[in-house]
Amino acid sequence: MRYRVTVTLREGILDPQGKAVKGALENLGFEGVDRVRVGKVIDLTLSEGDLETVHEICKKLLVNPVIEDYQIETLEE
Amino acid sequence: MQGQDITKELIRDHGLNEEEYQKILNILGREPTLTELGIFSVMWSEHCSYKSSRTLLATLPTKAPWVIQGPGENAGVIALDDTWALVFKMESHNHPSYIEPKQGAATGVGGILRDIFTMGARPIASMDSLRFGDLDNPHNRYLLDGVVEGIAWYGNCIGVPTVAGEVSFNPCYDGNPLVNAFNLGVVKKDKIFKAQATGIGNPVIYVGSKTGRDGIHGATMASEEFSEDSQEKRPTVQVGDPFTEKLLLEACLEVFQHDWVLGIQDMGAAGLTCSSSEMAAHGGTGVEIDLELVPQREEGMTPYEIMLSESQERMLLVARKGTEDKVISVFKKWGLDAVVIGRVSGDGMLRVKVGSETVAEIPAQALTDDTPCYMRPQKDPGKRRRIRDNHSLFWLKEKGDISDPTYALKALISHPTVASKEGIWRQYDHMVRINTVVLPGSDAAVVRIKGTNKAVALSCDCNPHYCFLNPYEGAKQAVAEAARNVACSGAMPKAITNCLNFGNPEKPEVMWEFAQAVKGMGDACRTLETPVTGGNVSFYNETNGKGIMPTPTIGMVGILENLEWVVTQGFKTEGDLVAVLGETKGHMGGSLYNWSLQGVLEGGPPPVDLEKEHRLHQLLVELAKNKLISSAHDTSEGGLAVCLSECCISSPDLLGAEIMLDEIELETIPLLFGEDQGRVVISYLPANHDDIADLCERHQIPINTIGEVSGSTLSIQTRDHHLNLPVATLRELWRTSLFNLMHWEIPAE
Amino acid sequence: MKFGVVVFPGSNCDHDCHYVLSEVLGQDVEYIWHQEDSLKGVDCIILPGGFSYGDYLRAGAIARFSPVMAKVKEFANSGGLVLGICNGFQILLESGLLPGAMLRNRNLQFICQYVNVVVERDDTPFTMLAEKGQVLRIPIAHMEGNYVPPEGGVGGLENRGCVLLRYSSPEGDVSPEWNPNGSAGNIAGICNERGNVAAMMPHPERCAESIMKTQDGRLIFQSVIAYLEERKTKAS
Repeated sequence: MRYRVTVTLREGILDPQGKAVKGALENLGFEGVDRVRVGKVIDLTLSEGDLETVHEICKKLLVNPVIEDYQIETLEE
Repeated sequence: MQGQDITKELIRDHGLNEEEYQKILNILGREPTLTELGIFSVMWSEHCSYKSSRTLLATLPTKAPWVIQGPGENAGVIALDDTWALVFKMESHNHPSYIEPKQGAATGVGGILRDIFTMGARPIASMDSLRFGDLDNPHNRYLLDGVVEGIAWYGNCIGVPTVAGEVSFNPCYDGNPLVNAFNLGVVKKDKIFKAQATGIGNPVIYVGSKTGRDGIHGATMASEEFSEDSQEKRPTVQVGDPFTEKLLLEACLEVFQHDWVLGIQDMGAAGLTCSSSEMAAHGGTGVEIDLELVPQREEGMTPYEIMLSESQERMLLVARKGTEDKVISVFKKWGLDAVVIGRVSGDGMLRVKVGSETVAEIPAQALTDDTPCYMRPQKDPGKRRRIRDNHSLFWLKEKGDISDPTYALKALISHPTVASKEGIWRQYDHMVRINTVVLPGSDAAVVRIKGTNKAVALSCDCNPHYCFLNPYEGAKQAVAEAARNVACSGAMPKAITNCLNFGNPEKPEVMWEFAQAVKGMGDACRTLETPVTGGNVSFYNETNGKGIMPTPTIGMVGILENLEWVVTQGFKTEGDLVAVLGETKGHMGGSLYNWSLQGVLEGGPPPVDLEKEHRLHQLLVELAKNKLISSAHDTSEGGLAVCLSECCISSPDLLGAEIMLDEIELETIPLLFGEDQGRVVISYLPANHDDIADLCERHQIPINTIGEVSGSTLSIQTRDHHLNLPVATLRELWRTSLFNLMHWEIPAE
Repeated sequence: MKFGVVVFPGSNCDHDCHYVLSEVLGQDVEYIWHQEDSLKGVDCIILPGGFSYGDYLRAGAIARFSPVMAKVKEFANSGGLVLGICNGFQILLESGLLPGAMLRNRNLQFICQYVNVVVERDDTPFTMLAEKGQVLRIPIAHMEGNYVPPEGGVGGLENRGCVLLRYSSPEGDVSPEWNPNGSAGNIAGICNERGNVAAMMPHPERCAESIMKTQDGRLIFQSVIAYLEERKTKAS
């Protein structure tokens, strides 16, 4: 199975990259962009295990719960 | 061997002309396969074969008693003492950095580091010479940002400090930024490794990253002019992996501690092709490899792609038969692929197989030594005229009266070529390995060599304006200034490496510039006793037919015999006398004042008296050795006024000075901002004056006492002007200019 | 005293820590490869700076799973001294030996420069030769030093005595303008409540010799040596 993990900074944590992108968009004349959050996407292909395994992988390594949240999306084969 | 038809179009697309293709047919006695055509194409490219420059480069001095290895290996080597040697080289990564600044610059750093540790040395210091168009153009800011980020990312991660460099600006680098990366390492003299395949039957081992389709034809790309659609070439830019290179570095140095490895070559431009053919040719043997055994990152790669891939962080080595398992186990310990992919043969051939099928079979010599060689036509373009009248004065908040020396000094000190590069070097880890004794921002970086009481001093220099006006004098000056910078720190200049950045050599004017620059560099290196130990040539720095000014960047290495002799540029003690070594004649041709305040680049650059320059350097080393001076600073762009300002700005206590120049019979502007060569501002305890004057006389260098270190204001009296500027004001202008131009946050001090 | 410097793939200040401890301060020092499962009987473990595993996922995220880290945890829990410097700080956070996490620097750039840090606690093994309020001038060199405290915030850390060093002016003023990287509460170094595990973004090993710009970094290492000697004397 293929899964897509999206890791973003938790609400309330300052996101320096997001802030920089927002500033750049303003400079480029894009008005009305109220908020930008930058995260990362990690695609996993599993030959064994299920969604539960992916949650374990996230908690163990991919995500630091002090600063980060994550979402898992199951991708088409 | 068979396969695709070799059509005229295919030959042309490989950058080979008819004559060259005929030569290939003669060498092989048959039509080449596609893989062979690709191999010839990269090995005979300008980048790998130096076909336009070889004959001229052969005129450069390359020998001295302390030179252990001159040009021809991965890097040059000079002796430090009886036990240790210094390995160093500079290389350009201009074209890749234009296409993708971060990765282009990063892989430039990665490449030069591999050149150094391939020789068995541990890299201990990097420098970078960077050139961009004016920063009022956002694209140039984007390029500078990306290039600096790339250098920082790669160098910081691998843990080799970037300790010095230069950055300058001119519109000719719009679309042609220059990124010249230098590295120096240390090695025990009896542990130097070379790129040679010796001992028939010995295993050829591939180590490092897997091979992918990265940068195929990068070497050919570096040998072509750019046009608008070059941005489309992005896929051929390699991506760096400094973490893997760090593992490769440690694994190689661990393997080198044993007597298992006989030869090693990194896979840089032209990857597996270049490394295997060079090792075969240098070893006087042959190499046979099987591409089925090459670790591959992507599926379905053709022999052509595997041979031409420029995937980074890979090495090819030849080990003593029977030691391959031990070699491989060290690389495995560091988590790296290491596979025997072939054997050393005795027939002089580079033979490439896929299983039992031979896909290429070429005499190795034909790829490395018997390559095409051209004496391209040269044409003197005549006297350079005023080239630009309305140069944008982008760094000035408002235009003022340029004949007012106070205004002019403020403008020059804020000019990005002169202003502090702190915003750049604070992004580089310049202290890791804890050897950086003189931090960035001085004339030369000083790096101690652990286990000895010595240090090396490093500087890289070139003034493209001088080279544009007179490439012969300009190149001479570049060597002289680099040596002077090193000597100011108390070190004796010992040898150079270089990056010769030019336009399209097929244009006779460009070829003339190149020939003149090589002559000037050669003359300077001979007189200053700093032989050339290697370097590279980067031609085709042109976009849409517009080329760069000739830019022969010099990387100078000096040796400070005793770390305690080190001298820095800032004033140290109130009451110290200030003097100028050398003569002030007010030479304004090619000056930063003329260019940046008047938009004029004309006349001849300041001439360099090489004999005198050589004596000056020896004098500086004597002064340092006898601990007679408190500071020494080279006078370069912006002349005496900028030099004196920098002595104050770099003073740990921001000390000022009272300077009296009213006895010098010159107009204020040329007196303060003229760029006469061979001058150094020193400061010293008054009690040392007689000893210093004696030494100056012995070395026949004029010394002129011009004032003393005092207070917190720089005050300069000329015949008809008086300047009075608080050092804090000068420092603020100098320090913040580049941060502001780049829109970077200015850190608290 | 015997020190252990852990070497992860990608550590690059391991040699520097080793050099200062052995050549400058005359201590016994051993490198400890990340795959080892013994700490070789050392009195203090140093997790050096660098880019362990390239810092490719998050700084320190992968290194914490190295076999040696299980031993470091045991060692710390039994009162052993553990000092994390820079990447070592990040690894200690990821491994849960110290609270909080790191973000990229506020300006998104790597920053290498001398900074001033004010000592907040002078009763830990790492700062016992310093005085509370003393300002040290020590270089930083990192991309991710923008410290985020755990729940409870900086106040919670202060209450538990976990704030060790703060970025400051040369006079010890900790106002935001002296904060180089955006770190919460100007925090440059922290320790655990027990005081035996500490970490700092500044690199004391880079300023521990007379040829360097300052020698303030010596104070950190000498504190550890003094503490260990005192402990040894007491024990015997």
